[in-house]
Amino acid sequence: MFLTLRELAFARGRFALMGAVVALIAVLMVLLSGLSVGLVNDGVSGLQKLPVTSLAFERGVPTDSAFSRSVVDSAAVARWAERDGVTDAAPLGNTLVNAKSDRGTEIDLALFGVQPGSFVDPDPAQGARLGSAPHEIVVSATAIDAGLRLGDTVTLDRIGTELTVVGVLDGQHTFGHVDVGYVPLRTWQEIRAGAGPGDPVPAHAYDEITAVALRTAPGTDLAAGDEAAGTASMTLEESFGASPGYTAETATLGMIQVFLYAISALVVGAFFTVLVIQRKPEIAVLRAMGAATGYVLRDSLLQSAVLLVVSTVVGVAAGVAAGAGLSATPMPFALDLGAVGVAALLLVALGMVGAAVAVLRVTRVDPLTALGGNR
Amino acid sequence: MTTGLLLERVTLRHGDGEDETVALDDVSLHVEPGEIVAVVGPSGAGKSSLLAVAGGLTVPDAGRVVVDGVDLAGPERVRARIRRTRIGYVFQSNNLLPALTAVDQVRLPLTFGRIENPRDPVELLAEVGMDHKSGRRPHQLSGGERQRVGVARALVTRPGVLLVDEPTSALDRRRSHEVLALLAQETHEHHMATVVVTHDHDVLRHCDRVFEMIDGRLTEERPAMA
Repeated sequence: MFLTLRELAFARGRFALMGAVVALIAVLMVLLSGLSVGLVNDGVSGLQKLPVTSLAFERGVPTDSAFSRSVVDSAAVARWAERDGVTDAAPLGNTLVNAKSDRGTEIDLALFGVQPGSFVDPDPAQGARLGSAPHEIVVSATAIDAGLRLGDTVTLDRIGTELTVVGVLDGQHTFGHVDVGYVPLRTWQEIRAGAGPGDPVPAHAYDEITAVALRTAPGTDLAAGDEAAGTASMTLEESFGASPGYTAETATLGMIQVFLYAISALVVGAFFTVLVIQRKPEIAVLRAMGAATGYVLRDSLLQSAVLLVVSTVVGVAAGVAAGAGLSATPMPFALDLGAVGVAALLLVALGMVGAAVAVLRVTRVDPLTALGGNR
Repeated sequence: MTTGLLLERVTLRHGDGEDETVALDDVSLHVEPGEIVAVVGPSGAGKSSLLAVAGGLTVPDAGRVVVDGVDLAGPERVRARIRRTRIGYVFQSNNLLPALTAVDQVRLPLTFGRIENPRDPVELLAEVGMDHKSGRRPHQLSGGERQRVGVARALVTRPGVLLVDEPTSALDRRRSHEVLALLAQETHEHHMATVVVTHDHDVLRHCDRVFEMIDGRLTEERPAMA
C-alpha cells in the first residue's frame, strides 16, 4: 500500500479521469439494471404475483405467444385437479383490451379471467374481491396511477362491455406493459368471444380458457398431467417468455449489459497497459533494488482495485440518485438493490480482469534497463 | 567467507553466432569492505555490464560472483532477495520515483520485505544533508540533491556492497565532488565494498583504487590519489 497510495495521490488527475470513465460506466450500468428490472416488472409482474407454480396451455401452441393463442377446454381443469401432487387447479383467461373510464381515462388492460373464490382470485388491498356480480373488475394499483378510481365504470372499446372497479390490488400487476384487471371468468369468456351487452354468446365460449393455473407440490410429474389433460405445461418462470415482447426486451438489455461489462474491462485494461508502459523505467528501478515481482504486481493491482472500487461506488451512488428521479416518471424503471449490487461486483471483477492482463506486463520489465544509458 | 565483493573470472556474452559480443572478458575483481573503487572506460566498454553482473541483475556465462559472502548463482527470486538485503544501487540521475517525497524515497526499500537493522530514513536523509527538503518530490530538487537522496536510498538497508552507476553524469563539477566525497565517507564509515562506474576522471581522487575497462577487460590503472 506504501507505493500504491502515494502514486494514486500523486497522479490523482490521471486516475480521476480514468475513475470518471468507470463511474460513468457504473451510472449507465445502474440505469440499464433499473430499466431491465422495470421492463421485467412491466412485462410480467402480473404473472410473478400469481400464486401458481405452473400454467398448462394448449398443446402445440408456440411458447412465445402462448398467452395470446392458447385455447384450453375448461374440462382440463378437473383432469389436472385429480392428479397427484396438484394442490390447486383453476381456470385462467387472458386477453388484452382497450378501455375508457366514465371519467374519460383511456387505459389498456390485460384482463385475467378467474373463477371467483378460486386460488387465483386476488385479495385486493382496497375495495372488495370479485363477487357474484358479473361485470366487476379488480385492478392493479398502477391503473389507479393511470387515472382509474375505485367505483369507476370502465367501458371496453368495440364491444361496449361495462366493468365496475370494485377492488384495487397492492403494487404493480402488469402484463406485457399493460395494467392487469381481474374479471370473473364468465365475463372474460364473453369478452373474449366479442359479445357485448345483449349479444348472443356462442355456447362453446364458456368452455374455453387460456390456461389451467396450477399449484403443485415439488416433484409433481407435469408431463404425465399434460398427457392426461391434453395440455402443455410451463413453469411460471418459463411462462414469462410467453408474455408479449418479454424475451426480446430482456435479451436486448442483457446484450447491452454484457457489452458494457466487456467495454469496461477493455477500457480499464487499456488504461493500465498505458500506465505500465509509462512506468517501465520506475518499475525497472524497483526491481533492480530488489522489489520482488509480487511486490510490483501487488502495487499495480491494488491501484486498479482502489480505482475500480471507488469509482464504481461513486458511479452507483450517482446512478441510484438518477434512478430515483426516473422511478417517478412513466418510464419502466425500478431499482433492485440486489441486481445493482451484483452488477457493481461484476463491473469491478471484470475491470480487475482487464487490469490484471495489463499489469502482467510488469513481470516482463527487465531490471537491467535501470542501468546505464538504457533509461 | 569472502566479504565485500568478489568477481572471479567472470565472462558475459551478448547475442549469439556472428552477432556475439563479449561484454565482460574473464574479469576478476575483489573489493574489500570499506574500500571504494572506480571503474572508468569509454562507452560500450562493459562498465554497466560489470555492475549488472555484480548486482545480480544478470547471470554471467562463466565465473563466479560473491556478494558479502553469498554466491549470486541462483534464480531471479533469490538474486532479488540478495539485491534487497545486501546490495545498494545508486543509479544515474532521474532514478527517483516521481510520486515519492525525499524521505519516502529512502523509506521505499524497507517496504520491499523484512530488512535486518535498517538505518533510520530521517536520520540518513540528515546525514546526506537533505533533511531540510525531506518533503520535496524529485521535480522540486536539483540534480545534486536528487543524487544525494538516491545515495541515502541505497544506504538505508545497510548493504554490504554499494554499486554506483555514473553518479555525476548530470552534475556540475562542485556537486560531482560533493557526491563522490559523500560516497567515500559512507563507504569508509559503514565498511561497504563500493564500485563506482564513471566517465568522470575528475572525481577519481575520492576512490581508493581505479580500474580501467576496455572491450570487456578490466585492468587496474593506478592507485587513486588520496
